[in-house]
Amino acid sequence: MPSFIDRRLNPKDKSLSNRQRFLRRARVELKRAVHEQIKSGKIVDVDAGHSVPFPVDGTSEPSFQPDRSSGRREHVLPGNREFISGDRLPKPGQGGGTGAGKGAASEGEMEDDFRFVLSREEVLDLFFEDLELPDMVKSSLKEAVAFKPRRAGFTIAGSPTNINVGRTMRNSFGRRIALQRPKQAHVDALAEEIAKLEAREPKPGTAAFNHLAELREELAILERRRKVVAYIDPVDIRFNRFEPQPLPNANAVMFCLMDVSGSMGEREKDLAKRFFVLLHLFLKRRYDRIDIVFIRHTHQAHEVDEETFFRSTQSGGTVVSTALEEMQRIIFDRYPSRDWNIYAAQASDGDNLAGDSEHCVNLLNKELMKLCQYYAYVEILDERESAIFRSTDNGTSLWRSYRQVGENWRNFQMTRIAKPGDIYPVFRQLFAKQSTSAKNG
Amino acid sequence: MSKGAGTSDLLFHGSDWSFDTLSRTYDAIKEIALGDLGLDVYPNQLEIISSEQMLDAYSSNGMPLIYQHWSFGKHFVYENYLYRKGRRGLAYEIVINSNPCITYLMEENTMALQALVTAHASFGHNHFFKNNYLFKQWTDASAILNYMEFAKGYVARCEERYGFSEVESILDAAHTLMDQAVFRYRRPPRISSAKEQERVRERLEYEDRIFSDLWRTLPQSKQSEDSTEAELDALERKKSLNLPEENLLYFLEKTSLILEPWQREILRIVRIVAQYFYPQRQTKVMNEGCATFVHYTIMNMLFDKGRISEGHLLEMLHSHSNVVFQPGFDDPRYSGLNPYALGFAMMQDIERICTQPTSEDRDWFPEFAGNGDWRGTLLDAWANHRDESFLLQYLSPALIRKMRLFALVDDAKENHYRVASIHNERGYEKVRGTLARSYDLGMNQPNIQVVDVDLLGNRQLRLQHTVRDGIILGENTRDATLRHVRRLWGYDVSLVGVEASTGNVLYETSTDKVG
Repeated sequence: MPSFIDRRLNPKDKSLSNRQRFLRRARVELKRAVHEQIKSGKIVDVDAGHSVPFPVDGTSEPSFQPDRSSGRREHVLPGNREFISGDRLPKPGQGGGTGAGKGAASEGEMEDDFRFVLSREEVLDLFFEDLELPDMVKSSLKEAVAFKPRRAGFTIAGSPTNINVGRTMRNSFGRRIALQRPKQAHVDALAEEIAKLEAREPKPGTAAFNHLAELREELAILERRRKVVAYIDPVDIRFNRFEPQPLPNANAVMFCLMDVSGSMGEREKDLAKRFFVLLHLFLKRRYDRIDIVFIRHTHQAHEVDEETFFRSTQSGGTVVSTALEEMQRIIFDRYPSRDWNIYAAQASDGDNLAGDSEHCVNLLNKELMKLCQYYAYVEILDERESAIFRSTDNGTSLWRSYRQVGENWRNFQMTRIAKPGDIYPVFRQLFAKQSTSAKNG
Repeated sequence: MSKGAGTSDLLFHGSDWSFDTLSRTYDAIKEIALGDLGLDVYPNQLEIISSEQMLDAYSSNGMPLIYQHWSFGKHFVYENYLYRKGRRGLAYEIVINSNPCITYLMEENTMALQALVTAHASFGHNHFFKNNYLFKQWTDASAILNYMEFAKGYVARCEERYGFSEVESILDAAHTLMDQAVFRYRRPPRISSAKEQERVRERLEYEDRIFSDLWRTLPQSKQSEDSTEAELDALERKKSLNLPEENLLYFLEKTSLILEPWQREILRIVRIVAQYFYPQRQTKVMNEGCATFVHYTIMNMLFDKGRISEGHLLEMLHSHSNVVFQPGFDDPRYSGLNPYALGFAMMQDIERICTQPTSEDRDWFPEFAGNGDWRGTLLDAWANHRDESFLLQYLSPALIRKMRLFALVDDAKENHYRVASIHNERGYEKVRGTLARSYDLGMNQPNIQVVDVDLLGNRQLRLQHTVRDGIILGENTRDATLRHVRRLWGYDVSLVGVEASTGNVLYETSTDKVG
């Protein structure tokens, strides 16, 4: 009799730590691949497993290997049909090779062109490696809450639907024992005995008659006692108690607003996109469900799909308020603020129609900021301009106007980005700022 | 037993397995394996695993446990990729050369497959592990699992104590030398220090006894003294270090000038793992041939006894013929000689020669042709050979013809391959010899040895690559590997390639040149 061991329920990921070691080893290369993909891929795709090329740098395992192109070798092959000794066969790669060398040639190609899948966590780890996003989130973003009743012990008052029968009966039972409420069986037995005696119709004065009178009296006492000590008394009754408990609102919607007029080139869009990606990831870690709404605008605004948002261009002037109005309309239509956490990120190069900036400020102050959980404005600068603008507070008309909004609302943040390297620090800064201002306010 | 014993004799019905049917089938197989074939096996332990666990086992060389290193993660990722893409199926089983012999059975296998696998691994491979002389000499089946557990724990403790990267760099370096980390020949037993002293005493006594003052008066040749002085020094040094040494890791473990004790222990672990697998690499054809022949024979016997149904036998034969499929060299599916196919064909051929020899067989194999005892002949072959010697002794002309083997010469200097010999009267010996040599690991792996080390000077470690047939080392991997050797040795390392037949130096390189 052999020993059988069922290992199927043993932990499966025996190689997990080796896999992590491997990823750590190849981190630089993997990181580059992930960044490359996130740059070119869709926003929603970032937050998923990624297949990346097999990293080669740093993961080679060299050993002393014979050089394939040197020396003299003899092979034995099966399946000879037509050769006789002394035949010559052309070598493959030197003009019309036959299959003779295939077996030898195919062995070295093991690691060419093969991709493997990184899990979502691994991708995010690589992506946020130097961002420390999760900690930052906890300290800075206040949570949107909804309430849900939750069981919380028992109470002596409440509506009849909430009566806790078990608890009530237990109390009643205890009270009945303590106050010695006569049992039904006891009463029944007494009544039966009386009935039996009555059937004999004893004469008054006899012992039986006296006994009957005693029994009747006893029964009367019992009946009275049963009436006084009720089966269920109001003091027994217990109700389930419910307490409203705050629940994080699980739904969030993220509005991406972008100026797509001629002044926004590929570079500007790419920067904006990276920012949107970050914000999306960051929200995604927080909420069960997240919708993304893309609104692009020139002198008029439209809701579009992601592809159009980032790829196609549109010519026209620039009226920022149209986008804000469109956003407001969509919120009223589809995302009531009591059910949804609303986040908005706006990217622009700062151009706006003269006089429209004031309108934007009004819209934000009076309407949108009340609805929004958070509003981030990212101004994308020319690299040459960045040196000038960074130091001073003056800037484009939109920037100057938005500064007023920023003073009024804690959850309104604005920043400037000039090159890809700025995005992470700026992103961090956006959220770090809020926590400091929250302390002040 | 009668063939028509009825369905009640069947070991199992349908394709689902249960522990009950597994156990019943095991017993039936065991009866034939031990009783009829005369196999001799370690106690068996059969473990049921899922496909994920099978992938896990793949990445750790099939060992149930092994120390942690990123390269295993890399192999896991690679195997996983091939499996998910459907480019490669999983093995039906993995068997471990241990005592008790552990066989992994995949949970997805049908009952018929489980029976096949049990016969193949738990009896075929198991018998081979227990009886083949290489395994007997070089591996200790009862100790390996404990040792691997120790190794895993030891490496983990080192990581804790000295840091991941320290341990990783030692393991990286040690892994590059795994092919050069085996003893190819048995060493004389180490002499204990007490015995050593005894020997020194005896030698002194002997010298005393033969002392003659006259020897002192002999004139010495003046000119030879200087030149031999250095040579003698070198000889003395080499002798004290036991040079030349083919096991590089062993040499580094014992002699390296910079390694800490824990680093030496890690080298030892890697070296022992390499040595443990060395017999398996030398007996691929025989081992698989033995296991395949055993499962094929046992399954047919079970069928003859009416213990398995026709349908199940057909299912087994289907799997069996997939395993022993050998496409011709010009087939797109060709990827070298299939050790299962070659091994199985040879075992069957030996059975045929024992029972129905032709006159040719009698000429070629006078020792056993027609002796009728194919069981004994096979048991003897399995116990006393490795692939190279087995092919050289047992590959018959009939099989060469059947497989239509031919030898091809690939000379880097020529623009053509040349067909050296084919399956004809003149070619049999040649084809057989060539094929046997191609399974000789000692011939195919670069022969690199430590030849000298200058402990008093610049401490350079000198390696020598004995070049056979002009096959030199690939330069990229050679230099990268040398850097790893340098890491372990602590000082510069040089490698010189010497043509075996002529003694000419073909190339010379050193870590102070390659950086």
